[in-house]
Amino acid sequence: MKLKSVGVNLKKKKLRWRKIIPVYMLLLPGLVYLIINNYMPMFGIVIAFKKLNFKKGIFGSEWIGLDNFEFLFSSGNAWIMTRNTILYNVVFIILGIIIPITVAILLNEVRQKFASRIYQTLVLLPYLMSWVVISYLAYSFLNLESGFINKSILEPLGFKSINFYQDSTWWPLILTVVNQWKSLGFGMIIYLASVIGIDGEYYEAAKIDGASKWNQIRFITLPCLKPTIITMFVLNMGRMFYSDFGLFYQVPKNSGMLYNVTMTIDTYVYNALMGQNNYGMSAAASVFQSFVGFSLIILANGVIRKISRENAMF
Amino acid sequence: MNVRARGEKRFEFIAHVVMIVLSVFAILPFILLVSASFTDEASAVANGFRFIPEKVSMVAYEYLFAEWTQIGRAYLITIIVTLVGTILCLAITTMFSYALTVKKVPGLKLIFFLTLFSMLFRGGVVSTYYIYCNLIHIKNTIWALIVPQLLMSGFNIILIKNYITNQIPGELLEAAEIDGAGQFRIFFKIVVPLSTPILATIGLLSAVNYWNDWNNGLYYITDSNLYSIQQLLNQMNNNVQFLISNASQLGIKNTGTLPSTTMRMAIAVVAIVPIISVYPFFQKYFAKGITMGAVKG
Repeated sequence: MKLKSVGVNLKKKKLRWRKIIPVYMLLLPGLVYLIINNYMPMFGIVIAFKKLNFKKGIFGSEWIGLDNFEFLFSSGNAWIMTRNTILYNVVFIILGIIIPITVAILLNEVRQKFASRIYQTLVLLPYLMSWVVISYLAYSFLNLESGFINKSILEPLGFKSINFYQDSTWWPLILTVVNQWKSLGFGMIIYLASVIGIDGEYYEAAKIDGASKWNQIRFITLPCLKPTIITMFVLNMGRMFYSDFGLFYQVPKNSGMLYNVTMTIDTYVYNALMGQNNYGMSAAASVFQSFVGFSLIILANGVIRKISRENAMF
Repeated sequence: MNVRARGEKRFEFIAHVVMIVLSVFAILPFILLVSASFTDEASAVANGFRFIPEKVSMVAYEYLFAEWTQIGRAYLITIIVTLVGTILCLAITTMFSYALTVKKVPGLKLIFFLTLFSMLFRGGVVSTYYIYCNLIHIKNTIWALIVPQLLMSGFNIILIKNYITNQIPGELLEAAEIDGAGQFRIFFKIVVPLSTPILATIGLLSAVNYWNDWNNGLYYITDSNLYSIQQLLNQMNNNVQFLISNASQLGIKNTGTLPSTTMRMAIAVVAIVPIISVYPFFQKYFAKGITMGAVKG
């Protein structure tokens, strides 16, 4: 009796291994990638606390505590890049809610399927472009010698032409417009999916009660969009300390004259690392971003768990 | 009733007007770019780019054609990277996601947690760069354009994993297991064929990512033989000289008359033509991919 049960147990164990090994083999490439691409860099964070010596490698290099961070925060750049990153994000988040929702609601009113398809296709087109291409598009409008704005608008109207790539005045506006231009289609598609998903019976009932179009939007559409808005908002809050490197690097063509209004944490890290080969400063900025960014994600998620549990990410 | 119907009509009319304005707004920059590339260099410098070229000229394209080797090679690199990258991305991600859904295997919860955590906490650009350069020695190899950041994302893992758990009946997989099918067999014969819709969507998004990527090139490639089309564009954005010095290498004399302004525009056009010409056919799937990603958060 006892022997028999041991035999069954052994058989079970054997069967399990026959299942476990193939499963782990399927996992293996992904695990290797996760280790190389994500986990090794996490430990590489120690670079920020060391005086990096290439001969000795990361672990052989000398610890210098928070010196890199002290340099970074006393340079003044830390304030500029943090301010820019946060301010642009605030503007982008607000516009990224208002504009796409408005457009999605309007697009939903277009009854002709064909016209609606055309509009969607065209408005989504910029989202498909890389930031390099967009920088060329912006250049064709902005450059001093042949740009459309200077040559076809400002000069004919008798204004002085503007050397956009050396004058920081207009860049907060330019970057906001370019960003909206690229991302509108993306937001529109997301909110359109939610708008389409709203049960038509609500509107029927409202119409019978004589509700105006505006009131239907206010009391049916917007409340129904709330979960999507919250999800998008939380996701973006978590990215508050990250910026779209392409937007801030490519569109202003990395022009030093504009850094005051175009430098974000990501462009600073790039320029310090690849331009000046300054591992210490760039690592400090990058680690600063990692830690604050992580805390913000946890915080945003915690807040959302309090407000509406089912919208929390984890 | 009539009044309300008229109200609806008016609202729809406004919707059309706004959407037409936005559509025009979306494509105007492309029209300016194309028009600029066909403009005569002298007239472009004198009067600027117009939406309709003042004086049409093909000179910029003629010069580009003379430089075909450089551009052609960049195209080839981009195509190879996009194909290999997308296939590897799909293979690795699908295997990983399916394995996470298998029942009664120890350790999977931990691995899933590690995947999620990798999305929330990132090591940052500097240490990633250090590790790829000094430990993996990826610099100036074609793998630099394929591997860093783009190969597998936790996001796609969640999407495919959810799809497999929700769309493929668990009984089917159990039955196959009872019939003695191994995990590889189940994966290739049942899971992959039944997941084609999501694999197509993720494959499309991944292909677009690879096609548009210039970041990896910026960090890891200095050898101009390995430039992708995006990096070539980026290089010429930084200095037109790149093009001119290359032109003289190729034996084009008279670099003084090189139409540098319009030529930049022309190469941008050359870079976006393929993606714009296939986009209308994929638009639906592309939009679907975006929605799917957002719903799952």
